[in-house]
Amino acid sequence: MNKYLKSALFSALLVWAVAFPVLGLKLSIVGINLEVHGTGPLTLGVIALCSVLMFLRVLFSQQVGALFKSSRGPLISPKVGQFLTLPRTQRWIIIGLIAAALVWPFFGSRGAVDIATLILIYVMLGLGLNIVVGLAGLLDLGYVGFYAVGAYSYALLSHYFGLGFWICLPIAGLMSASFGFLLGFPVLRLRGDYLAIVTLGFGEIIRLFLRNLTGLTGGPNGISNIPKPTFFGLSFERTAAEGMRTFHEFFGLEYNPVSKVVFLYLVALLLALLALFVINRLLRMPIGRAWEALREDEIACRALGLNPTVIKLSAFTLGACFAGFAGSFFAARQGLVTPESFTFIESAIILAIVVLGGMGSQLGVILAAVVMILLPEMMREFSEYRMLMFGALMVLMMIWRPQGLLPMQRPHMELHK
Amino acid sequence: MSREILKVTDLSMRFGGLLAVNSVALTVKEKQVVALIGPNGAGKTTVFNCLTGFYKPSAGSILLDGQPIQGLAGHEIARKGVVRTFQNVRLFKDMTAVENLLIAQHRHLNTNFLAGLFKTPAFRKSEREAMEYAGYWLDKVNLTEFANRPAGTLAYGQQRRLEIARCMMTRPRILMLDEPAAGLNPKETEDLKALIGVLREEHNATVLLIEHDMKLVMSISDHIVVINQGTPLADGTPEQIRDNPEVIKAYLGEA
Repeated sequence: MNKYLKSALFSALLVWAVAFPVLGLKLSIVGINLEVHGTGPLTLGVIALCSVLMFLRVLFSQQVGALFKSSRGPLISPKVGQFLTLPRTQRWIIIGLIAAALVWPFFGSRGAVDIATLILIYVMLGLGLNIVVGLAGLLDLGYVGFYAVGAYSYALLSHYFGLGFWICLPIAGLMSASFGFLLGFPVLRLRGDYLAIVTLGFGEIIRLFLRNLTGLTGGPNGISNIPKPTFFGLSFERTAAEGMRTFHEFFGLEYNPVSKVVFLYLVALLLALLALFVINRLLRMPIGRAWEALREDEIACRALGLNPTVIKLSAFTLGACFAGFAGSFFAARQGLVTPESFTFIESAIILAIVVLGGMGSQLGVILAAVVMILLPEMMREFSEYRMLMFGALMVLMMIWRPQGLLPMQRPHMELHK
Repeated sequence: MSREILKVTDLSMRFGGLLAVNSVALTVKEKQVVALIGPNGAGKTTVFNCLTGFYKPSAGSILLDGQPIQGLAGHEIARKGVVRTFQNVRLFKDMTAVENLLIAQHRHLNTNFLAGLFKTPAFRKSEREAMEYAGYWLDKVNLTEFANRPAGTLAYGQQRRLEIARCMMTRPRILMLDEPAAGLNPKETEDLKALIGVLREEHNATVLLIEHDMKLVMSISDHIVVINQGTPLADGTPEQIRDNPEVIKAYLGEA
């Protein structure tokens, strides 16, 4: 009991230590000075209540634990969990989701479709990073760099040469892939933490380059007025630029601003599905198996004649390529790219999506992208506490589902006897 | 007289001030089983690591079919046909037994990206053949019924056999086994002996092995090389080694 009392007191104090500076103090501007005020008794009361609850929770943790254990089993029974993570089930779920994803934007609101488009960008990024981190086991903290390369490739090509989205998309992918290839060469000699640190550095270097190459990239102001994708040359604007026709004119429809948003959504969906398909095939190809083998035992791989550098490089390059696609779409959707869209926090979010979803699991990545993007959007009122919630989510995940929301079950090759 | 596959002369490996291997020489001829023995810490595994490119030897030459291979990277040496197992089994534990064998065939598979993406007939054929070859070898090592089990869940003796099968998938010139009988019970050791016999008779395998189990070594080896404290002590046929006073002294100490 004594032991529990001590840790309970400590926990209660910790609640105060965490909550009071964040919730209990307010900054207000008086004249030109900032002043720190305490908040009202209500907030303090809530914090006090929380600390008391925490105190009791820790003090009686054994009893509480026993109570829960006896009253119910795990949240999802292992059988259901097993079923949900089977490759076959995942395939059917994915087919169902695709059908739903194709139909709903025609009925959804403009805002919802817009957020869904953003989610799809993160799905693409998550799937790409999943190759590098989840499958090949290389911790890449500078993934956003390749995203930036993709975005700027399209922005620059359209700004200086007037090229359209569909031509630039593959070019952006190639650009990012070649950046991945070039950066991969020096970086992939390193392992684990060192690799993470160096990739982090490279991500920042790319951003700083874009920021300081003012003559070419417009520096901190970025590049604006990037054209949106067209539907076989038909624009979705109200009035088309010269030499182009608009979608609603061509089909004799009333102009509807929502159609532009829906079209962007469908393009994003197409790209995400393409990424999903390609990665799905990769998993079943020799190279996919080699990634996995390399993650498990690099020395054994070498002893069997597999070249670790080539295999790692292929994962790095392919992952970067998907970031390039996502980037050029991002540029087209925003119509504006600035270096500030590609800060480290983006890398962290993408990595969080991969880890949250379950390393290597594709359905997991999709689900996690939805959670990670939708939650902050839905809780806009609490946006001040966004990072707090982000951290809390991570901690809770670590406690309850360290393997991710939907951990990977690889499609195993079977020997048919 | 059969051809020399591996010829090692004057091999030395120095770690700072420590001379771990000191001018070791050995020759392995086609279809021979050669054993490398010596007390613990004699430098046997270091010799293996030098031969397979995990270490770059400080001096000496290693010829595979007359071609020098010293100083090449590990995977390049493996591609030339020097393939090894490890003292503590190194399987891909989360992958199934048959997948372990598929990985080893990586080099012989159709790794064209587009072919795999669109599942072209050539790609399917290559995958099917790889699967058949894996099935063939699983059968050879009596693991067919465990084909779809994760390798990490197999019993220790099975893992050892799987590792040997995995090496054979690469169609090696010379198979190097690092203490293949370590941790096996007498029955499993007998099986291993039979397996090495089969490899040699039916598959023309050439084997270089490190082993402590003298009964096994004496019964399967054509030639034995003894090293002690990194230095070659003796080499010859099992009979010669058995009666060599130097070897007995190294193993048992001064009487």
